[in-house]
Amino acid sequence: MKRNLLTLLTFAAVLAALEVAGRNGAWDTRVLPLPSEVAAYIADAFTDGARRDQLPAAVTANATAATLGTATSTTAASLWTAFAGSTLTEALLVTLKRLVSGYLIGFLAGIPLGLLTARFNFFRETFGLVALGMQGLPSVCWVPLALIWFRPTENAILFVVVMGTVWSLMLATEHGVRTVPPLYVRAARTMGSRGLHLWWRVLLPAALPAVIGGMKQSWAFAWRSLMAAEIYVTILTGCGLGWLLHNGREVLRMDQVMGVMLIIVIVGLTADRILFAPAENRIRARWGLDKN
Amino acid sequence: MPTAIEQELRPVAPSKLSLRHVSKIFRGQSGETLAIDDISLDVSEGEFVCLAGPSGCGKSTILNLIAGLEELTSGEALLDGAPITGPGRDRMVMFQEAALFPWLDALGNVLFGLKLKPNLNNAERREVARFYLRLVGLEKQENANIHELSGGMRQRVALARSLAPNPRILLMDEPFSALDTLTRETLYRDLQSIFSKRRKTIVFVTHNIREAVCLGDRIVLLSSHPGRVREIFTVNLPRPRDINDAAVATFAHQITETLTQYLETPATKEAVL
Ligand SMILES: Nc1ncnc2c1ncn2[C@@H]1O[C@H](COP(=O)(O)OP(=O)(O)OP(=O)(O)O)[C@@H](O)[C@H]1O
Ligand SMILES: [Mg+2]
Repeated sequence: MKRNLLTLLTFAAVLAALEVAGRNGAWDTRVLPLPSEVAAYIADAFTDGARRDQLPAAVTANATAATLGTATSTTAASLWTAFAGSTLTEALLVTLKRLVSGYLIGFLAGIPLGLLTARFNFFRETFGLVALGMQGLPSVCWVPLALIWFRPTENAILFVVVMGTVWSLMLATEHGVRTVPPLYVRAARTMGSRGLHLWWRVLLPAALPAVIGGMKQSWAFAWRSLMAAEIYVTILTGCGLGWLLHNGREVLRMDQVMGVMLIIVIVGLTADRILFAPAENRIRARWGLDKN
Repeated sequence: MPTAIEQELRPVAPSKLSLRHVSKIFRGQSGETLAIDDISLDVSEGEFVCLAGPSGCGKSTILNLIAGLEELTSGEALLDGAPITGPGRDRMVMFQEAALFPWLDALGNVLFGLKLKPNLNNAERREVARFYLRLVGLEKQENANIHELSGGMRQRVALARSLAPNPRILLMDEPFSALDTLTRETLYRDLQSIFSKRRKTIVFVTHNIREAVCLGDRIVLLSSHPGRVREIFTVNLPRPRDINDAAVATFAHQITETLTQYLETPATKEAVL
């Protein structure tokens, strides 16, 4: 609690100093906006739902928000409309949907592929090698290919995210399984564990710390590939955070650029806290990994 | 009509084990190693046999062959007359280090082998697992994580885990070597009491002669490179034995004496070194 407060105070102090310096003309605020301007952008972009409904044919026109907007009467409802239909909420939802679905596909493919490469030499010498090569390929490099194969559609973005996820997860799973102490396997075999039981009840749980590490890493990779894809490709089926960032540059709104960057950072942090930290902590406590 | 649990907990008849001219060659990167050479050994039902000998003489190898974890190169390994072809629940192993699974708690570890046993439902399995944790004196630690247990407690859980599937043979590979003297001495007592309560054939590997005298009905002394049966001693001391007992110490001394003599004979010395 005390440490959180200290962190908070430090950030506040730095931001206040920047604000004061910027207001006094220390730099051109069109290039580097004031903290208050960034905050104002975020606040506005999260509450502009009602306003956007009245704009005909906005790029991000949203039918459901429109019907909701006309039906509102109470302030709570209109606040909700303002939020639900806002630029940032919408972009965030579009982006998260892409991220989660891409990651899930990558996860469902990566874990079994990792198990296969760990188990069969044939897979290691083929798929394993491919994975090793592909992991080194920055996922933006998949964008041109994705555009040719899928046209500028959701599938193109999905493809890039999957490519960003699957290889690292596969390699982490393989590594995790390969480094399971042979003693565990011997002990399990003497108790009658074989085949699938051995995989499911021994190798996988024993590899879990490494697999969770791989899941975390591949989540970060998926997030990066998605941002790269969204900045690079404009897809009319939905405008994500990456597009907003790109758009900020085109209309020379630095407050938008920095505001969206901030949101991207926060989403990354939150995902780690919500998705991976609890699982990681549970395993660390169970295995006693914090001892030394 | 006994319940499933009673049936499960009823002591099973111990097995007879015989090794006939067993040899094992390991083929590794550094060429071939003849780990054990022409070992013949009979262990009768309910006998406690200790394998002793210098490091590298093939004690673990013999145990792994009996466990079915390794295949022999030549000879025969028979369990109640039938050749050993692989691991089986009739033979449980307790390893040098506790090979407990860190992702399961103490009870979960004991349950692991039981879950692979048909004829029991999960409630019965838990009941059986608790019985064995009680037997090794750890009923209060059933939900403890493995890393929270002391070394001695871990070996107790490992003992409970290997007893739980109710094997006919217990194979123990230096199970207490990493423990301090006091803990070890309590475990000698406990193991002997368990041995008398639940009659099993036990093959116990150690390189501590005193430990062997304290626990074994017979002591098989092996020589190394390659591993061969050097001498077999029968220990006729009354049970339960205390490792600090004068009789145990005297007997151990005699064996050590034989061992030294053997090492000092020029011909055999050459063979050993
Ligand atoms: N997997 C293996 N591959 C190659 N050689 C092996 C293997 N396992 C054991 N050996 C060799 O076989 C011989 C016997 O080994 P073993 O582990 O049975 O000895 P041990 O009597 O149990 O020794 P210790 O008291 O140190 O545990 C040694 O020379 C060892 O190097
Ligand atoms: Mg050994």
